[in-house]
Amino acid sequence: MSQADLTMGGRPAGLTAGPAFSVPAKKMAMWLFIIADTATFAACLVAYGFIRNATPNWPRPFHSITNVAIMTFILVTSSLTMLIGVRAARAGDKAGALRWTFITAAAGILFALLHVREWLALIAEGMTLFKNPWGTGLFGSAFFSITGLHLTHVTGGVIALIVVGIRYKGSRYNADDLEILGLYWHFVDMVWMFVVPLVYLLNLAH
Amino acid sequence: MHDMSHTVHHHAPPTSFIRKHIFSLDHKVIGKQYYGLALVAVLVGMVLSWIMRIHLGWTNYAIPGLHLLSSNGAPGNVMTPEYYLQLMTMHATIMVFFVLTTAPFAAFGNYFLPIQVGAEDMPFPHFNMMSFWVTFVAFLVLVASFFVGDGPTLGGWTQYAPLSAVGAVGGPGEGMGVVLWAASIAIFCVGQLLGSLNFITTTLDMRTRGMSLWRLPLSAWAWFITSCMGLTAFAVLMPACILLILDHVAGTSFFVPSNLVINDQLQPHSGGSTLLWQHLFWFFGHPEVYIAIVPGMGIVSHVLITNMRKPMLSHRVMVYSMGALAVLSYMVYGHHMFVSGMNPVSSLAFSFPTLIITIPSTIIVLIWLGSLYGAKLRINTASLFALGFVSMFISGGVSGFFLAQPSIDIMLHATYFVVGHFHMVMGVAAMFGIFAGTYFWFPKIFGRMMNETLGKVHFWLSFVGTYCIFMPFHYLGMAGNVRRYQAFVIEYMQPLIPVHRFITVAALVTGAAQFIFLYNLIHSRFWGKPATDNPWQATSLEWSTPTTPPPHNNFGDKLPVVYHDPYQYGVESSTGDYLMQASPEQVKTAYDEA
Repeated sequence: MSQADLTMGGRPAGLTAGPAFSVPAKKMAMWLFIIADTATFAACLVAYGFIRNATPNWPRPFHSITNVAIMTFILVTSSLTMLIGVRAARAGDKAGALRWTFITAAAGILFALLHVREWLALIAEGMTLFKNPWGTGLFGSAFFSITGLHLTHVTGGVIALIVVGIRYKGSRYNADDLEILGLYWHFVDMVWMFVVPLVYLLNLAH
Repeated sequence: MHDMSHTVHHHAPPTSFIRKHIFSLDHKVIGKQYYGLALVAVLVGMVLSWIMRIHLGWTNYAIPGLHLLSSNGAPGNVMTPEYYLQLMTMHATIMVFFVLTTAPFAAFGNYFLPIQVGAEDMPFPHFNMMSFWVTFVAFLVLVASFFVGDGPTLGGWTQYAPLSAVGAVGGPGEGMGVVLWAASIAIFCVGQLLGSLNFITTTLDMRTRGMSLWRLPLSAWAWFITSCMGLTAFAVLMPACILLILDHVAGTSFFVPSNLVINDQLQPHSGGSTLLWQHLFWFFGHPEVYIAIVPGMGIVSHVLITNMRKPMLSHRVMVYSMGALAVLSYMVYGHHMFVSGMNPVSSLAFSFPTLIITIPSTIIVLIWLGSLYGAKLRINTASLFALGFVSMFISGGVSGFFLAQPSIDIMLHATYFVVGHFHMVMGVAAMFGIFAGTYFWFPKIFGRMMNETLGKVHFWLSFVGTYCIFMPFHYLGMAGNVRRYQAFVIEYMQPLIPVHRFITVAALVTGAAQFIFLYNLIHSRFWGKPATDNPWQATSLEWSTPTTPPPHNNFGDKLPVVYHDPYQYGVESSTGDYLMQASPEQVKTAYDEA
């Protein structure tokens, strides 16, 4: 049936002239999830800014940015390896795609381990969800909630990378699925780029 | 577009009972499940409101059996003040989340959105199934709070901090009750996210050949716009609820300020902000009232057009206005906080968009009225309820102009004026939208007609009853009657008690009238007059299905092809005065002449 047939008796088909929305449903759903998740993170970060501004004795306990810089480097690099993996999959290089996907997952695990190590060090210094030695207990509440939410996303992403990788190897998933998962991984990376300045750099000791 | 249909999961009709009726992947079954959940919830919510109304009219009246609902809230069957607040909170939470969000959006949207766009199902049937069952679990968690500890929370559906965040010291239900409330709402948010993902991808990706966006019926547009709001609004409420739970179980104090003394006890919390909760809550809360009402606007427009036998004055302006409501709904939330201690400049900044949002609302109303003018409206129960929706929306909306202005709101805030306003404009109006949709689509869903005589009796009792209940609320509010009081013992409120008694009687009668609807629903389901495929001579795709009710994959072996705009009424075709969207017939249409 031609396009002309479609418009019989009515006005031209308008927006359907050509596939206006050729984004497949799966990919669109991931974008929509990212929009929703952005709202969730935005709510947490705005809440953090709100209480930070409203609290006079806000502590600035961080003395070094070495650890967070390494973590950031790892996470940003893992976005690059994800990209290489997706390009390999697009080019039909299945072994390469699989290798880079698992390298990305390994980077995610490394990030999580460094993060947990940092958490444990802070807990050892006496910081909990509701108190810390430096000032208002809200600092710990905000820090653990926001980085915890992000860490949950990283952990979920690592699990997804491994599961999708294995299924990609078994040809149950294809390059499109890797790309969609890549969107999520880049998003988690991007959120970290907001967390670092707001949660770490703003709380560096003078 | 046609290629897109290959992304559908071509699932065969299920054969086992569980897959067919319980964990069904069929959007139609899921829609019916949502409707059933809303029906149960609305009965619970209505009974709660009856108990509250009886108490407000006759404060010391012993309500038989009340102690069964709560062991310590109703000694001698007379409710305690705290118990009144607990019932009020549950009434509001159940109604807003599990009725007004669930029925017009999730129930009708699930059933009819895929059919109206010409798809065989939504793109993610498993998500869809999960979205219902997650919502169901959320409802169970909420209702469970009646039976745990000292009952449900008493903090109101807005759960203002610090009361909601201090724990058991705040009163009955403020410990475990709040935690269950917040958990229930957080779970509910997950369900809505899954639903919104499906609704948006269905609208954009699953349209059949020829179904351009402008050819979508107004009901489909309304569900699409609502799902766009739901996507981000619930995503903000969820972390807010989780932070509230943390305040309870993890010792944080996001929402509790320092040096708070309750019942002579200094609270161990420090440093949080009570306003923060209000910001997070109302950033969700205001879009939420449009999530409740916009689907009703779409359903009512759809019903009115079919019964007017002509399209709206402007299809596009209707769509643009609903879209404007969605965008503006995020910018007005501060008008709930005019007297919360927000910076007065912020009040002004929120007042402007609040007044601006009345413009798209007014445009929608004027299009309804202008289209109705001179139309030969078919009077049936569905069109009566659609008219009732318009009436409620205008009556309840007009009081919004008063409340939008901070200087007037200072006087009217937290009085019955506000209660009357939102019950009419979003509560009852949305209910009338649900009723209009039910009477209109019932023949398609069950293949049988509902009883028109009973329907009309139901309409007139509900319509007159609603005005009897909620109009006096405005008067009470202006007379200074504060809301959320369980009894009116202050001297200046004494003369208002007869008004409360009148409202109570009206509420009991109007509520009883709903059992006519329930009887009609159940009776017609099994013994109603068999319906034809297109009993209302309507044009959109849900009336083009090969069978009634539609088969498992909606359109049989072949998806329909769309040739026309959605509302081709007032034309001369071989079928009569209308031309179905899927009909290849060519006629001179109203649009061509325009």
